[in-house]
This record gives sequence, structure tokens and C-alpha cells, in this order.
Amino acid sequence: MPSTPSMSESRTTEPVLEVRDLAKHYPLTRGVLVKRRIGAVRAVDTVSFALRRGETLGIVGESGCGKSTVAKLLVSLERPTAGTIHYRGEDIARLSGRALRAVRRNIQMVFQDPYTSLNPRMTVGDIVGEPFEIHPEVAPKGDRRRAVQELLDVVGLNPEHINRYPHQFSGGQRQRIGIARGLALRPEIIVADEPVSALDVSVQAQVVNLMESLQDEFDLSYIFIAHDLSVVRHISDRVAVMYLGRFAETGTGREIYDHPTHPYTQALLSAVPVPDPEPRTRPPRILLAGDVPSPANPPSGCRFRTRCWKAQDRCATEVPVLAVPTGLAGPAAHASACHFAEERAEVRA
Amino acid sequence: MPEPFDPRYDMTEAIAPAGGGGGGGGGGGPVDPAASGPQALKGGSILNGGPPRGPWRLPLPWRKEPGRRLGGPAAPTGRGLWTDAWHDLRRNPIFIVSALIILFLVVIAIWPQLIASGNPYHGDLAKAQDGPAPGHPFGYDLQGRDVYTRTVYGARASITVGICATLGAALLGSALGGLAGYFGGWWDALLSRIADVFFGIPILLGGLVFLSVVTSGSVWPVVGFIVLLGWPQISRIARGSVVTVKEHDYVQAARVLGASSGRTLLRHIAPNAVAPVIVVATIALGTYISLEATLSFLGVGLKPPTVSWGIDISSAAAQIRNAPHMLLWPAGALSITVLAFIMLGDAVRDALDPKLR
Amino acid sequence: MAARLLDVRDLRVEFRTRDGIAEAVGGVSYAVDAGRTLAVLGESGSGKSVTAQAIMGILDSPPGRITGGQVLFQGRDLLTMGAEERRRIRGAAMAMIFQDALSALNPVVPVGAQLAEMYEVHLGMSRKDARRRAVELMDRVRIPAAAQRAGDYPHQFSGGMRQRIMIAMAMALEPDLIIADEPTTALDVTVQAQVMELLAELRREYAMGLVLITHDLGVVADVADTIAVMYAGRIVETAPVRDLYRRPAHPYTRGLLDSVPRVDHRGERLYAIKGAPPSPLALPSGCPFHPRCPRAQEVCRVERPPLYEVPAAGAAPASGGRTSACHFWKDELDALDAVNV
Repeated sequence: MPSTPSMSESRTTEPVLEVRDLAKHYPLTRGVLVKRRIGAVRAVDTVSFALRRGETLGIVGESGCGKSTVAKLLVSLERPTAGTIHYRGEDIARLSGRALRAVRRNIQMVFQDPYTSLNPRMTVGDIVGEPFEIHPEVAPKGDRRRAVQELLDVVGLNPEHINRYPHQFSGGQRQRIGIARGLALRPEIIVADEPVSALDVSVQAQVVNLMESLQDEFDLSYIFIAHDLSVVRHISDRVAVMYLGRFAETGTGREIYDHPTHPYTQALLSAVPVPDPEPRTRPPRILLAGDVPSPANPPSGCRFRTRCWKAQDRCATEVPVLAVPTGLAGPAAHASACHFAEERAEVRA
Repeated sequence: MPEPFDPRYDMTEAIAPAGGGGGGGGGGGPVDPAASGPQALKGGSILNGGPPRGPWRLPLPWRKEPGRRLGGPAAPTGRGLWTDAWHDLRRNPIFIVSALIILFLVVIAIWPQLIASGNPYHGDLAKAQDGPAPGHPFGYDLQGRDVYTRTVYGARASITVGICATLGAALLGSALGGLAGYFGGWWDALLSRIADVFFGIPILLGGLVFLSVVTSGSVWPVVGFIVLLGWPQISRIARGSVVTVKEHDYVQAARVLGASSGRTLLRHIAPNAVAPVIVVATIALGTYISLEATLSFLGVGLKPPTVSWGIDISSAAAQIRNAPHMLLWPAGALSITVLAFIMLGDAVRDALDPKLR
Repeated sequence: MAARLLDVRDLRVEFRTRDGIAEAVGGVSYAVDAGRTLAVLGESGSGKSVTAQAIMGILDSPPGRITGGQVLFQGRDLLTMGAEERRRIRGAAMAMIFQDALSALNPVVPVGAQLAEMYEVHLGMSRKDARRRAVELMDRVRIPAAAQRAGDYPHQFSGGMRQRIMIAMAMALEPDLIIADEPTTALDVTVQAQVMELLAELRREYAMGLVLITHDLGVVADVADTIAVMYAGRIVETAPVRDLYRRPAHPYTRGLLDSVPRVDHRGERLYAIKGAPPSPLALPSGCPFHPRCPRAQEVCRVERPPLYEVPAAGAAPASGGRTSACHFWKDELDALDAVNV
């Protein structure tokens, strides 16, 4: 992606979204009429990050790590149990009614499944035009049809197809319709939850390219959530690796992918299949033992310790903070929530 | 696909409806650049209200690529639930037969004099229990009234009760069930328990108790009673359907856009959740008609002088040995009516259930 | 030459739908030998799974129908053999692994009992022996504490563990051929790696043939010997794994390889194949890929390309020939070589 030095400079200055100690616990209850609380699923626990203008933050993790819950919290589909989400100095986690609606204009979402994210009973024109009906101040009534056609054009669809129904389009085209809908209100931030994982390989690239073009065009900030590390690396400026409700490691794409210091990131990266029978640089694969523990009963201390080959007594008692570990330099010096963070020796060799 | 080649949208052609031919929907011709080209579209950035944030037209790479029109991109089969369902129904003989019977019944319920010129109340005791006679093909009843005329006029009560009770139960049930499914929480729990209570009432016992205190002979107490006992069934279906639809991403998308609950329910949930309710209601209609007849038979439903199949069956039952025709005709009419509605419900269910395709 | 383990010749399958007849598989040929892995690569709707179902004899019919071709298993045509004989072969000599293990296992029977049943029914073992063998097998696919877990139900296992049980079921009778349809697609990457490793190890140990059906170019790179790429119900290219990744001889393969983002280096803008895969109801004339192909000429629109023989590079001949269904395979390779030199 072409990015001039001045652009990347502006990217490092202006945070549009600041998340502090975000947590979401879903209560586990028992009983039919009178519900007793018997515990909680800690889907997200103390997650903090900042998103700068025009930047893409990728969040990767395996299923059940809480990355989709983060997406729902950011677009206020769920209310956080604790923590703050500041958008332009305002905590949107506390907003409701009119104020929340106003903020929603600026934070939009693109969904995973192009087949269920569009109402099958509405025409493409109605789907893409709905944002204008909900926020009439954005486009005057007479101009809406033209605005919708403009949007379809922008995402690479034929504006003439405004009266067609979603089932008349292929998966990739539907995802474009979903992107057009997300773009309609000219938001600053788009939260994309697995936007390409339901698409075929040959179509995935089209949508990724479209998202990149739109970002440059409209100066969008993306939160790009995916389980596919390759796609995340491709599109993201910064990456957060999530495990069991917490960020394990954050840094730039190069820091995370070429110089990971958290054992989980290292294992994850080594497991990603590469479409190349004889890759040039490839660390030996780390096979993790066992499965991800249940978020209803996460391990004490470091949540990864039950599968970690470096685990010591300290890991069970002391929660590692997400910070730049002392003693690391260069690209390895980025935030990592591990008591024993270090690069793998094999990677360098 | 002999569509003209338009390089700007070479990869973006929507799939034409399979039945409508490739050139359908007006998407066949090249887009007139003067009408929808970038300059026209750009206009004064409508979307922002403020100064334009830059040109809409993007240097997207695939637009520059000289390419050709796609052949036929992967088309998911089907043209939408209702279109597909109608397509199925039109070819289903069961649907056609039952729909014709129902149409006929509705017509004679509104205008019974179309096919029966006599007076259903006029009796000639001298002819009591007589068999068929010229001009009176079904014979006479105990009071010497014409069974044919009474059978024709009896359709009105059955159809009225059936349709009104179904409409009432469907509206009440889907409103309560839909709201419970959408909002959940204590309201949902409370409603489910109330519905359970109504489920627990034995329908005949309830009818005998509730309706025996009513003195009016009109159809409305019966309709009210059926609605009272019928809504929980519909509300369960509606609740389940709404809970399923609510989880779909397009409903989440509407919420992210800031849509109100009313808008979400009416535009996104209701149209997608209504199919199972329609199926259950159509089948229920048949059973409600037979329920009315049962209650009337037991003497707690409709009461004379209202003309109803149930009442006539009740009065004929005692005479079944010496005048079977008195029972046969109203009972036959009732059976055919109930059967027609249940068959219609079955056909609609098959057509609306995508898993059967 | 001895008969190949599995030799599919010109297999054709069509589906009757309301909108017409869809040619899901339009003349597919591929082969796999004992101890080798053939990967069948394709996007959704390419016919890769339908082909496997037709081979296994589990095609839903109607609406599906095999309209032509042969499926030679150890030299004998499965399609012309009697139902009873075919069932015996299916149980003992060939087995299948599905993507969704949860729906492929019986939810109300403990997994140990499901495994033991295989031995009781097919090998006539006593219940006690069958149980013992079942636990051994669970241990073999590395399910921790197998003896204790044999009494658990499928839903009590994680996705990765369930897939191991599926593999154990398939392995139970030590078949000669396993067909695995997207075995790791539903799994997380760390678990995916474990399962693929296990599958490869078992294949080596028992010298089975493995047909691995997948859409993931990454998964097959490590484990496959030969790759057959399918598009729109046809094979467009067959090649030894190294040749396919280094010198693809079909524009579709090349497009796929270029359009996948890679974790091991951050690339520039992704190459995107334009358009979407065609509907099997309305296949383009000539070469089905021509509307999306950057190399397409008039001849591609008119004439369906046969499978051309392509010379394989290096030590490839042992693993069989190399083919490409592109009129311009030579140009495609020349263009690649020009870039690489």
C-alpha cells in the first residue's frame, strides 16, 4: 500500500478512538423465572488500545478469544461490563438515545457473512439507503437515490442494479453492498469483523483491495478483526494478538510477524500454513499442547500458561502486563504480555 | 449473455434473475455516462453535507483493466421466499383444489342466496324429517326446514368464526410473542408462563365453563373464546421465529446504524419472521372451525336462531337412525371445509419450508 | 503397470434443479497411488466435494446423478459393481473424513462405543476386545487420557479432539484410501496444524492413499505430493506440488497463488482475479475460466481446452504427469520463467 511519509506521520498523531480496560462478562445463570448467577464468561478482560486516524488496527485470535465481542462493544451492540471507549473525548460506552445515535454515524461495521448481513426482503437501494432514512440529516430526501447510486459506484457495483435483491448477487458483490451501507454515513471508523473469511480465495483479494482503496479515499480508520493472520498482516498497520479475552501482544505488523516475543504469537505464526512447499524463511513449527481453556474458568495469572512451554510458578500467580519488556531492543521492543518475553532464537538463524 | 460490453463494470454485473433472462431489470444496456457517470454522481457531495471530502471516483485498478463481461457468476438458486413459494403453490394440485373450495365457501358465506333461494328459518312441520324431494335435494329437518338451505347458510357462521378467530389469535399471538422474542427478559419469561397456563386449560372443559355463562347467541363470544385459547400457540411460534431472525446480521446491522426498535421490528424482523406464523395460522383455521362446531354441538357455542352446522349436527344426532340425511349434509360440509383449510395450510407450509426444496 | 489405488476417469455428475440441469462435475480424472497424497484444490462450487461424494457413493440422488465415467478402485470400477459389494469396500477399504465432525458423529452414543461398533460390526470382535481396540485407537490419534474419555459424548470434546475421533473412525479398519473433505477448515490454526500432522503421520505409517480436498493453498503445500486444481466442475491443472507453486501452468492457478496474502512477508497490493466463479447452471462456452482470464483469446471462448501434457520439472516424473487445461499453457510458463530469470 502506498503511504507517503507525511501520511504515516499524521497517522501517529491523532487518536480517534481510545479504549481503556474494556471488559465484558456474560453472566451464567441458572433457573427459569428467578435467575441465580452462578458465574460469568469473561469474554473480554482489560483490553486497552488506541486507534489513530487513517490507521488499521488488526485484531487476530482463534475462535472464542473474544475478538468479535470487542467488535460488538465498539459499535455499541453490547454494553461493556467495565472500562471506557472514548471517541473524540466522549465515553460512548455511557451514551444512549440521541447522543448514541449521533456517535453511531461515525463508527460503522462490516459483517462477516454476506449472506445473512443483508435483509433478503429489501432491495439493494433500500439496504444502502436505510442509513439515510435513520439519519435524515445526512442526505436530503430528494438526493437519496442519487447518493445510493454514488455509493454503489464507489464500491464497484453497477448503480443501475439499485432495484435488485441481495440473492441476485454473488458473495463478493454482497460484501460490497455491506461495505456501501457501512460507508453511507461517511463514518470515521469502520469495524470489520471477519469481512473476507466467508469469501472464496479469488474474491477475497478483491474485497481486501477495495477496503484499502476506500481507506485512502475517505481517510478511514479500520479495526480489522480476523482469524486469518495472513490477511491481517496484509491490511494492518498495527496488530493485536488476542488470547482468551486479553491482548497477548501488540505492535506494528513487522514487530508482530517478524519479531514476536510472546510464546502464543510465536506458536500461532509457526502454525500458519504458507502457500509454498519450500518457504525461504520459516521457523520450525511449535505444536501447542491441549486446547484453549474455557473463558468461564480462565487460568489464574497468565491465561496462556496452561499451554506454554515457558511457564514457571510466577506465571500462575502474577498477571503479566501488556508493556514493552525491559531488556529487548529494536523491533523486538514492543508491548508483550509475557514475563519471559523474548524472540525465538530459530527465527533469527 | 449477449449484453453490451461496459468496461467500467466488467466485474460487477449483478446476476440477472434466472427466470427473467439475462437482459432483465434494465441492467442490460450500457450505463449512460451522462446520467450516472462520475461527474454526474459526484455532484455536490450529498453524503457529507459539508464541503466535499475529495472525489468519489476512485482509481480502482479493476476499472482500468480492459476486460469483458462475465459469463454467469455463481447464482444462488431461488428468487426470494415468497416468489418461490408462489411458484410452488401454483403447480400444487392440493393447493388449487383447496383454494377453489375455500373461495366457493367464502362466496356462499357472503351471498348464500346465490345458490339457495329458500329461507333457512322457514319450517313446515308436516314435512319434518322427510327425505329428499324435488327442489329440496337434502330433505327436511325436525322442524321441517330445508336442510340444503340451512347447510348453505351454515357456512357463514363457520367461516366467520374460523377467519375472525384466526385473525384475532394470529394478531394477538404474534404481537405478544414477537415482542417477547425481541425484548426478552422478564417480559418474555412472564409471557411464556402465562401462555403455559392457557395451554394447560382443556379446551372443551374451558369452553363448557366459559361459554355456559354467555347468553348471547352471536358468533363473537365463541370467537373471543377461541382467540383466548388459540393465541399461546401462535405466540410460541412467533417468539421462536423472532428469536431466530433477531440473531441475523442484518438486524445487528440496523442496530449499528441506529435504527429504532420499531423500525427494526417492522422492517427487518416482521417480514422475515412471519412465514411460520402464516403456516400455523392456516392450519389452525381448520381446527377452529371444527372447534366451533364441537362447542355448538355441546350447546355452549352458537345458539339458535343462528344457523350453524354444529347446531344442526347436534339436533340431528338424536335422529341418526330414522333420518340420517339430517346429519350427513351439515357434517359433510363441515368435514370438507375443515379439510380444505388444513390442506391449504399443509400446502403453504411445504411451499414456505426451504428445507423441503 | 500395476493398477492404481484410485483412478477416476472422466467422471460426470449433474444435478437436476428447478432452474435446469447443473453440470457439477464435467469430466474429472485424477488418480492416487498407495502411500501418496493427492490434494484437490478448488473454491466453493468447483465440484471438488461432489466428486468425492460420487467416489464414495454417498451422493445425494436425486437431485444428483452420475452420468458418465469410471471410478476404478484397485482396478475395479465402483460404479458398475453391486450395491452390497460396494458397501463392503466402502466400509473396509476406503473411508471418509468430513469437515464437520460434530454432525458426523452420533450425538447420543459415547465415542468409545461408536469406535468399538466398527470393530464389532466389521470384524466380528467381542464387545470387550472391541472396547480395548477403541481405546488403543483413541490413544493412537493422541487423545489424552483415552481410557477415561472413551465414555464421553461427542459434544464434550473440543473441535480438534472431535476431528481426531473422526480420523480414528476412518482409520479403524485400516483402509487403503482415505478421502478427507476440508478436514481442518473448521479448526483454529494451532489445532489445524496438529490435525494435519496427525493425518500425514498416519498416512505414512499405514501407507494409505490420501485424497485431501481443500480450498486452502497453504494447508496442502506441506502435505501433498500432487495437486489437482478444480474450477467450474473440471480439472484445470494437475501437477506435482513443487511445480504447481513454482511454475503454475494455468492462469487460474497463477491467479489464486497471487491473490492469497501471505503471513511470511507483507506484499504489495494483492492481485485479484476479476469477477466471480460461474454458476454451474450457466457455464461459459469454451474454457469456463475465459471470462475472468487475463490471457483469454477468441479461441478460449469457442473451444474447450483439452488437458494438455506439460513437461514436469526436475524429479517429478515419478509422481505422474503434469497437465494443464489452458490453450496457452506454454505462454503462461514462458511468461513466468521470463520473470523469474
